[in-house]
Amino acid sequence: MRHLVSAGDLSRDQALLVLDTAREMAALQQREIKKLPTLRGRTVVNLFYEDSTRTRISFEAAAKRLSADVINFSAKGSSVSKGESLKDTALTLQAMGADAVVVRHSASGAAHRLAATGWVDGAIVNAGDGTHEHPTQALLDAYTMRERLGGDLAGRRVLIVGDVLHSRVARSNVLLLATLGAQVVLAAPPTLLPVGVEQWPCETTYDLDPQLAKADVVMALRVQRERMTEAFFPSAREYSRRYGLDAARAAVLQDGAIVMHPGPMNRGVEITAEVADSARSTIVEQVANGVSVRMAVLYLLLGGALQTGSDPRA
Amino acid sequence: MSTVLDAGDIDRALSRIAHEVIERTRGADDLVLLGIPTRGVELARRLGERIAAFSGSPVPVGSLDITMYRDDLRLRAARALEHTDIPAGGVGGRLVLLVDDVLFSGRTVRAALTALDDVGRPRAVQLAVLVDRGHRELPIRADYVGKNLPTSLRERVLVRVAGTDGADEVVIAPSGGSEEPGEAPAGEASA
Repeated sequence: MRHLVSAGDLSRDQALLVLDTAREMAALQQREIKKLPTLRGRTVVNLFYEDSTRTRISFEAAAKRLSADVINFSAKGSSVSKGESLKDTALTLQAMGADAVVVRHSASGAAHRLAATGWVDGAIVNAGDGTHEHPTQALLDAYTMRERLGGDLAGRRVLIVGDVLHSRVARSNVLLLATLGAQVVLAAPPTLLPVGVEQWPCETTYDLDPQLAKADVVMALRVQRERMTEAFFPSAREYSRRYGLDAARAAVLQDGAIVMHPGPMNRGVEITAEVADSARSTIVEQVANGVSVRMAVLYLLLGGALQTGSDPRA
Repeated sequence: MSTVLDAGDIDRALSRIAHEVIERTRGADDLVLLGIPTRGVELARRLGERIAAFSGSPVPVGSLDITMYRDDLRLRAARALEHTDIPAGGVGGRLVLLVDDVLFSGRTVRAALTALDDVGRPRAVQLAVLVDRGHRELPIRADYVGKNLPTSLRERVLVRVAGTDGADEVVIAPSGGSEEPGEAPAGEASA
């Protein structure tokens, strides 16, 4: 594994290796000294063209716990606002000797472009590109499911509810969970399902309620409020009535079933406060698990010699 | 390929080390055993059982993964992590006995000492190995040795234990050929 651009690039063995490694990393969080010398002397650049406090801090904490040097680059107030291209920024990072570039970009495919062009020698980690993918989020979700449901996800039923169209989290989750053998059902209004969703390795439905009793996991996606003025659905109230996770819907769930949300939440729209704060909810754990999973990803990408034919550092 | 220690030899070596540990630690009452994965963990468990049986008091046994502390990480592809399991009560103020299968360059033990630093501050640290094959690259020596085995750098020492490999034995093989677990080939920083 040289880059992590798409959750679909991971084989089942690679995905399990990341999740098992994350588990060992999580054990470190219980220790007095939460630091490993593993990536000493390596540089990780957080290249964020889009605002994201949660993901950036999570990657930063992960890199620092592995003793890497971290450079945070935010497009706001940088030369990007003066018109610098992705290529020139990448060449700058290359000149500075970045060993890994964690990239968040509003354009789908930006991470793939960085990984495919060879502008930077280092490993590329996709931290969310447009409406395309967010593989480390999918990994931390799978990790959280494994911890809560007790082991193997094969045969488990995962129900993902809401704005699939704008969600990179949903796509990455579908790809990864399919690799891990789980059955995924997407429940969303017809207007919020992307074109081509029938090609994805999952089922789709417009009707949430019949699915609830069968699910081991229910994941609510954020309704992108900024897009609410567009006519994806009549009103937040109507959306909430048909697709919002409230106490009545939570009551239908199986005993061990869990409720997830990638955050940030719109309380009262896709999930009520009651459900978000209930014992079923894993929302806070997901954040903590994010650091362990990102440590695992950085370790596996940078912890050894990069195995590519052209890499002189191997 | 020649067998240096068979199951009976390994059994006797572990019993002797257990007695030596009890004698040198005067009863082994604040002892914690930490095995270095993979085979050190099983050896530590067996040694712990024996020390407990001979001394009459239980001995906590755990494992200490040193992968993240290796000095040769950048020379090879990333390795899968092994499990670290520090017994309840920790290692602070106690006598830690590190257990490994083969002592070779000494770099694994150096990594283990660094790893131990992040876990707590033991009163003292000792080292027990089943085989000492020489060729040290660091000023490290074992306190308890199952067998001193002078080897050539062109040879490999393979330790097999029942829990991992199905049988107990130590064999010497010429270097090269297929990579096998438990080996300590020349030029590597393992063991």
